[in-house]
Amino acid sequence: MSTALAKTMTTEKTPTAEPKATVSAAEMGARQREISVSEFFTKNRHLLGFDNPRKALLTCVKEAVDNALDAAEEAGILPDVVVKVEVAPSNGSAPPPASQATRFRVTVTDNGPGIVRQQIPPIFAKLLYGSKFHRLRMSRGQQGIGISAAGMYAQLTTGKPVQIISRTGARAAAHYFEVQIDTKKNEPRIFENKKIDWEPPRGTQVTLEIEGRYQKGRASVDEYLEQVAIANPHVKLGYLTPEGETREYPRTIHELPPQPKEIKPHPYGIEFGILLRMLHDTKGHSLAGFLAGDFSRVSAAVAQEICKTAKLSPNARPRNIHGEDAEALYKAIQATKIMAPPSNSVSPIGEKGILHGLYKQIKGDFYTAVTRPPSVYRGNPFVIEAGLAYGKGPEQAAATPEAPAAPLAEGEQREDDSELARVIRYANRVPLLYQQSACATFKAVLETAWRNYGIAQSKGALPGGPMVVFVHMASVWVPFTSESKEAIADYDEIRKEIKLGLQECGRRLGMFLRRRERAKSEFRRRNIFELYIEEVVEACARLKGGKLAKEKLKTQLQKIATKRTGGARTDEILGGDGGPEGLPHSIIVTPEGPEGDAPVLPGAEASAVAPPEAPAKPARRPAKAAKRPARTAKTAKRKKR
Amino acid sequence: MAQAKVKSPGPVEKKLVGVADVVLVAAEKSKDPTLSIPVRSLANVNFNEKRGIIEMGKRKQARTFFNVGMAKKFMQTVLVADALAELQRAGLTTSLREIYYRTKHTMKESHENTFDNQNESDPLIEDLEVTLAALREELHVRAENAGSIVGPVVLADDGDRVDCARLGKGGYSVPSIVEPEFIEIRRCTADFILLVEKGTQWNRLSEDKFWRRYNCVLLTGNGQPPRGVRRLARRLHEEYKIPVYVLVDNDPWGYYIYSVVKQGSINLAFESQRMAIPKAKFIGLSSADPDHYGLPRNVGIKLNDKDIGRAKELLKYRWFQKKDWQEEIKRMLASGLKYELDALANKDFRYLTKTYLPRKLKEQDWLD
Repeated sequence: MSTALAKTMTTEKTPTAEPKATVSAAEMGARQREISVSEFFTKNRHLLGFDNPRKALLTCVKEAVDNALDAAEEAGILPDVVVKVEVAPSNGSAPPPASQATRFRVTVTDNGPGIVRQQIPPIFAKLLYGSKFHRLRMSRGQQGIGISAAGMYAQLTTGKPVQIISRTGARAAAHYFEVQIDTKKNEPRIFENKKIDWEPPRGTQVTLEIEGRYQKGRASVDEYLEQVAIANPHVKLGYLTPEGETREYPRTIHELPPQPKEIKPHPYGIEFGILLRMLHDTKGHSLAGFLAGDFSRVSAAVAQEICKTAKLSPNARPRNIHGEDAEALYKAIQATKIMAPPSNSVSPIGEKGILHGLYKQIKGDFYTAVTRPPSVYRGNPFVIEAGLAYGKGPEQAAATPEAPAAPLAEGEQREDDSELARVIRYANRVPLLYQQSACATFKAVLETAWRNYGIAQSKGALPGGPMVVFVHMASVWVPFTSESKEAIADYDEIRKEIKLGLQECGRRLGMFLRRRERAKSEFRRRNIFELYIEEVVEACARLKGGKLAKEKLKTQLQKIATKRTGGARTDEILGGDGGPEGLPHSIIVTPEGPEGDAPVLPGAEASAVAPPEAPAKPARRPAKAAKRPARTAKTAKRKKR
Repeated sequence: MAQAKVKSPGPVEKKLVGVADVVLVAAEKSKDPTLSIPVRSLANVNFNEKRGIIEMGKRKQARTFFNVGMAKKFMQTVLVADALAELQRAGLTTSLREIYYRTKHTMKESHENTFDNQNESDPLIEDLEVTLAALREELHVRAENAGSIVGPVVLADDGDRVDCARLGKGGYSVPSIVEPEFIEIRRCTADFILLVEKGTQWNRLSEDKFWRRYNCVLLTGNGQPPRGVRRLARRLHEEYKIPVYVLVDNDPWGYYIYSVVKQGSINLAFESQRMAIPKAKFIGLSSADPDHYGLPRNVGIKLNDKDIGRAKELLKYRWFQKKDWQEEIKRMLASGLKYELDALANKDFRYLTKTYLPRKLKEQDWLD
């Protein structure tokens, strides 16, 4: 067989190989030329999240919103962002309905610091241009691709340039730009540039006209903005849907998250190649100076220790260290105990923030949130936050049980809610909507043993029940699996932290469920006796041939039942119990209202929204303080028996 | 059915009404209503060696109303008692399944049914049987007719004369209630009774008119014989003083069928005195038979784990302590094989009629 194959190969090869090569090396060399990033991404737009029209619409909104929030926060402004998605007017004829339309205009307006005139064209029409790539500091955007890629997509599908209005302050003029990318050179081309009158005193507005599809449901623009509102309770978000609806996501926390600091790399996170580059590029004159100066958490003493372990002179010139010495240095760094990087480069949402966000957007009976202490992967500090919203909310729960009343036939069972939990994922406060199953967060949710907390979970599946699981990773550098930033890479350190966070949430949920179950089962116990007494009394009356004082027997039996099932105590448990004592950072919602540190939400009327600059902290329930001692007294009593 | 309607409540009905009285008396005294029900398990049966039957022990369990675990069962028991009393008053008999349907309904303002399936109501009827010391027949609950009889016996059923010698090879279908007030035995001239486990062999014997040649009654219960068949065998045995031989498969289940016929069952031990036939003999298939009758090894079936476990349980039963029986069971375990009666057909279709039984009877080769 192999010989036969060899034979055919040689026979085939000889005639073609003999005459002469069709292309010479010189000719091939002449064809080699540089590929610009823009050209590359034009061909590979799926890498940036423009795979299909529906996703493209979402990606455009997302990039513009991310930029707006980053800018406002960095300037210390509480962000007000308005997103407007409208069906693009097609020439003359009436625009199609939103669900049928293929062209959309996306306009995102913020109250951020604005952009100075000269920077507008490169920011919006040059790929890989930005302020965020070269620093180690937490921000939504990381690479400087996003918004210019969205502009490039617009250019590619509709040919329309990106329109930008920006104003840096009340005294400055507003500038209007129309720009496109020169894909060959990766340079901006300016179509329009003029001063205009613009009402807002400060901010930026971007308008993109793109080919897209508007569809509600999973991974839609609507879902994205809702999730943004959950993770960013300090943002006031307005949304004008393509269908002409207006949605308001009010601000529930009226202070900005602490500003993340920029940091130097941590030695543990450096790969060998990068260490070599840093050794070459450093401004330090001695090895010890380089170590102490270019890394975070390396003191002079630690630098000396590393040098000693590596058997290198602390005074050696960094530039002269290569080969085996560099390897020894690299190993010495790994072997030396170095403090974890400072976590002030990371700004978590905070337990209160998550609680407020979840409570605002998701109907439920129980909310909790956990912010883990900072941790490190590859030398990058990160913080994991986890949250849970459980239940259907008292209104919905009250509405459902009235529905089915038909008696059950043999072998029939009441339908269980086989609903699975929903996982909402965030990286640096940005919702991740695609590639759920590739994400470390999702894997951690699957790996958590939810059954321990009284939640159903089939093997290898999400936990069951009416539940939303919230996971946020905040880091100076979130390791995404691809450029389109859809899933967090699965580092062991990250997954472990996520699991720890989820486990703490699970424990609290378990406590809540157990307590609710206890009260319920007592109630059920009483209930079944009442039901059965009815049956037994009827049967006895029939047995006695109808000669029986039914009411009297019933009252007698009921009295025994009350005495036997805890009587007044049950009433007490069923009545007033349920405060989140022992459940830190949790909100429990009962039909009487929320208990715990719940934010006050504007009611149905939008006018109740607190003015944005009002320093008001979310009001606490006044009753709470008074209630607390009473409740603890009760717990003490319960523990005693 | 046959019973005339009685105005004043009969003894069984009185017992059933007693269940209601338990509730009434307890309620009056503000006590938890409690039924004490004899335990129906191996732990609560004694083997009375003198009488040769299994008797129920004295242990009772309390079924109380105001206990979450038992409340539903208590309520169900009262419901079943009510349904049974209704039967008594109307003079009707019915099946277990109809009792289940009669008592099943959805409870007021709830999604809960009184019973979800028949498995819940059946044991309650047995509970009431033992608690009230009333037989199932007396409670007017019957099973399907699951047995057949053929032979020189004349019965009277609802006034109809039934000559079991003139019913072809199909025979008479034994009703589940064969108490004297329902079935009268007018005459029996047989020399013995042969109780066969399986319908196949009973059909073979009936077709070959074995009963005519050896002057016997052929009875089958198609597996574990139902109460009607056991009771009828007992009545023939008692009233006409004729021996009973039991022919079953050679496996632990066959042995147990024999022991139920002979000593009574564990579950319904209290009925042994009416059902058991302590003098019944085990005629086959014995674990010694394959040797004696030259049955080849390849018609045996390997004992599975369940068979072996059951056999080991039988070895421990008091009523299997006789030396012969210990040998019999141990021989089966040692061979690792069980044999069905059907395996005899390997020699000849009529081997059972022509060779096996005649030789057994002639040699009096049976176990007691």
